[in-house]
Amino acid sequence: MLHVPRVFAAASVALFAGLTPPAVQAETPADTLVMAWSIDDVISLDPAEVFEFTASEILGNSYQGLIGYNVENVSEIFGVIAESWEVAPDGLSISFKIREGMKFASGNPITADDVVFSLTRAIKLDKSPAFILTQFGLNADNVDEMVVKTDDNTVQFKMDKAYAPTLVLYCLTATVGFIVDQKLAMENEVDGDFGYNWLKTAYAGSGAFTIREWRANEVVVMERNDNYSGEAAPMARAIYRHIPETSTQRLLLEKGDIDIARNLGAEEIQALADNPDIVIDSGVKGAVYYLGLSQKNEFLSKPEVRQAMKYLVDYQTIADTIMKGKVTVHQAFLPKGFLGVLEETPFELNVEKAKELLAAAGVPDGFKVTMDTRNTPDITSIAQAIQQTMALAGIEIELIPGDGQQTLTKYRARNHDIYIGRWGPDYQDPHTNADTFARNPDNSDDAASKPLAWRNSWEIPEMTALADAAVLEADADKRAEMYLAIQKDHQQVSPFVIMFQDIEVMGRRANVKGFVVGPSFNDNSFKAVTKE
Amino acid sequence: MSLKADETGARFGAPPAWLWKTGSLITTLAMTFFGLLLVTFLIGRIVPVDPVLAVVGDRASQSVYDKAYIELGLDKPLYEQFWIYLQKMMTGDLGQSFLTKKDITEDILRVFPATLELATVGIIIGTVLGLPMGVLAAVKQGRIADQLVRVLGLVGYSAPIFWLGLLALLVFYAQLGWVAGPGRIDIAYEYSVTQTTGLLLIDSAMQGQWEAFRNVVSHIILPASLLGYFSMAYISRMTRSFMLNELAQEYITTARVKGVPEWRIIWVHALRNAAVPLVTVIALSYANLLEGSVLTETVFAWPGLGQYLTNSLQNADMNAVLGGTLVIGVIFVGLNLLSDLLYTLLDPRVRRRG
Repeated sequence: MLHVPRVFAAASVALFAGLTPPAVQAETPADTLVMAWSIDDVISLDPAEVFEFTASEILGNSYQGLIGYNVENVSEIFGVIAESWEVAPDGLSISFKIREGMKFASGNPITADDVVFSLTRAIKLDKSPAFILTQFGLNADNVDEMVVKTDDNTVQFKMDKAYAPTLVLYCLTATVGFIVDQKLAMENEVDGDFGYNWLKTAYAGSGAFTIREWRANEVVVMERNDNYSGEAAPMARAIYRHIPETSTQRLLLEKGDIDIARNLGAEEIQALADNPDIVIDSGVKGAVYYLGLSQKNEFLSKPEVRQAMKYLVDYQTIADTIMKGKVTVHQAFLPKGFLGVLEETPFELNVEKAKELLAAAGVPDGFKVTMDTRNTPDITSIAQAIQQTMALAGIEIELIPGDGQQTLTKYRARNHDIYIGRWGPDYQDPHTNADTFARNPDNSDDAASKPLAWRNSWEIPEMTALADAAVLEADADKRAEMYLAIQKDHQQVSPFVIMFQDIEVMGRRANVKGFVVGPSFNDNSFKAVTKE
Repeated sequence: MSLKADETGARFGAPPAWLWKTGSLITTLAMTFFGLLLVTFLIGRIVPVDPVLAVVGDRASQSVYDKAYIELGLDKPLYEQFWIYLQKMMTGDLGQSFLTKKDITEDILRVFPATLELATVGIIIGTVLGLPMGVLAAVKQGRIADQLVRVLGLVGYSAPIFWLGLLALLVFYAQLGWVAGPGRIDIAYEYSVTQTTGLLLIDSAMQGQWEAFRNVVSHIILPASLLGYFSMAYISRMTRSFMLNELAQEYITTARVKGVPEWRIIWVHALRNAAVPLVTVIALSYANLLEGSVLTETVFAWPGLGQYLTNSLQNADMNAVLGGTLVIGVIFVGLNLLSDLLYTLLDPRVRRRG
């Protein structure tokens, strides 16, 4: 009886035994850097369009801009494709002298024409990051007169006002200012798109690595650029594998199937801390975590309530226990590492003080509000901690969880009470955050510009004027003082409870050396990575 | 009786049965797909997510936003948007992803083989194990073997696949090192296999790349076993109950009285009859696996349809979601048709009625 199952069982065992390799080799090739990262945010590889963390890092390692800065000390600006630059006496233009003898990966020489083409192209295509360049008074209609080649090796960048030169220079270090191979792009042009549809998934740069392939949600493969002008990268290949699950990243890292895990959660970091084969690296990033308090809400619009809420967050405990080293306490809108940053952290959990302030506001028993919370583990945990401490003073917060796009849609439509958000700077200049946290030129519903201050319906004509003045200050020291003054005022009165600054944490195999964690994602560099 | 009526009908000029059947099949298919697309389309528009935001990002200026809004055709009335979509779809054009501007057809052709391969190996494992286990449980009803099969099935039913997947990785990959880790193939072999079918097992075998083949097997075996385990749980339970039903029939008693060997009674007589409904069970399990098991694909970093759909949905990339839904619809309908066809082969009564 029942002979057949035995045959089946025997056959299955034989099948498994025959097919499964005896031992699985778990080691990445010596000349290849393999990283695990959640790369599902990559939607394009065109510098005119890229605005996402992952894609910025990919471009930072595969393209070059006119200028760059020292990631250790961002005030040290140097030329990359530009050999030197000169600000016109009236401050209305900057002339860049292009370095001779540099080549794109294709072998085409990098010329002044490529520079004009790249900047003009970004402005005419007018994709998400284009505002970084158009804010200087450039647009699709005038860019042909504003960005011009004045001789074979010189490009002049004109502006509508005499902006602070550092602001312009920092903006040009953003990925939107990266230089694209004109000849290659135009060979792939269709219907006057400057090669956009092609470049979304292709490569036309001059950086240390080329982009060989991008398979969405699967892998990005980069290869050493033999035409690179700088020192050749030790790694022949760099590969990003899309590994969405953090615990899977940890297993792969422990096993040696990847060299660097990029999205470790707080628990994984702790678990890996004792592993001698793994080193945890971290670097301060520009993003800040904040609460946005809508001024349309009758309670949140009271100045004392705003102040009280800043005393109702247990900053240090959240940073130490929930985020476990992935954030540092920071309470001003400019992140550490920026010109004019205010590093003071005057607020800590103080329920008594908060209660006094609430009583002064006429709401001694507190009130009820809602908080739109993105349903990621980190944000949810922070929100729950805040909910508890706010309740100590009678402020009852109802958390409304939603997916990222959903909460953002609501926030942008000004339909929230409190929004817990994370804001990363777009470029390395203080204006990037001042522009959104401390400027609101038009608070009407159909305003042309809708910064964070607008989203929270905060009307601030005086502060807007101060921020506008800081943009035009050519003296860096004076400019820093202006930003300090704005932040001091902002810290006390604004409807933003700024809480933390991001720290990027990654786990790497101990034999992998030389990965640089920069202040922004396009500064993260594996050009010098070696494996022992 | 019915046989006669059919024959009479045919003789007097009514449409022949096969034509009638094909016609009604096509109508059903068309209506199913239309309904499927309409519902998916409407859900995509009702969710409180701004699709433009996913395209241009949070920092874009109003002018960039407005331009994208028009490019996506969102300025047109809803019925017009749907009509445009249907028209395009009729010509085989599933449109472009809102986000990446890539052709959806191309995207799906790229991700689907990964899911197909995983699901096929999974269902083979599930059936090969589930079927004999179900038979065993039915034959040994109430005894230890039966209890064991039921407990195994219950665990398969109730344990979260996400957790089981991680645990399996921890044990078989991280601790024991028997299998390769997440992903479809090791980086070392990534470019040694030219993808023609997209099914790496077949591609590597056809090219005689046996090293790569072994690597692919060692990658697929764990997630496929996991999926196989889940379908095994379902298949074994259903087999057990179908078999119990058959074993209680009078023809079995008759066969026993006639002295037919027991193994023949079980594997030939009873199973043959139980096989008919089992075909549907297996086809449905297969269809479930082909939908792309989102969680398994996430844990095992498997770049398949499930991950593609989830990601598209999270980014409100409705063209991609619609395209994916359509593919799933086609799979379901196709497998249902296939199981209908198999019915005719397996069950003489159906054949005669047809």
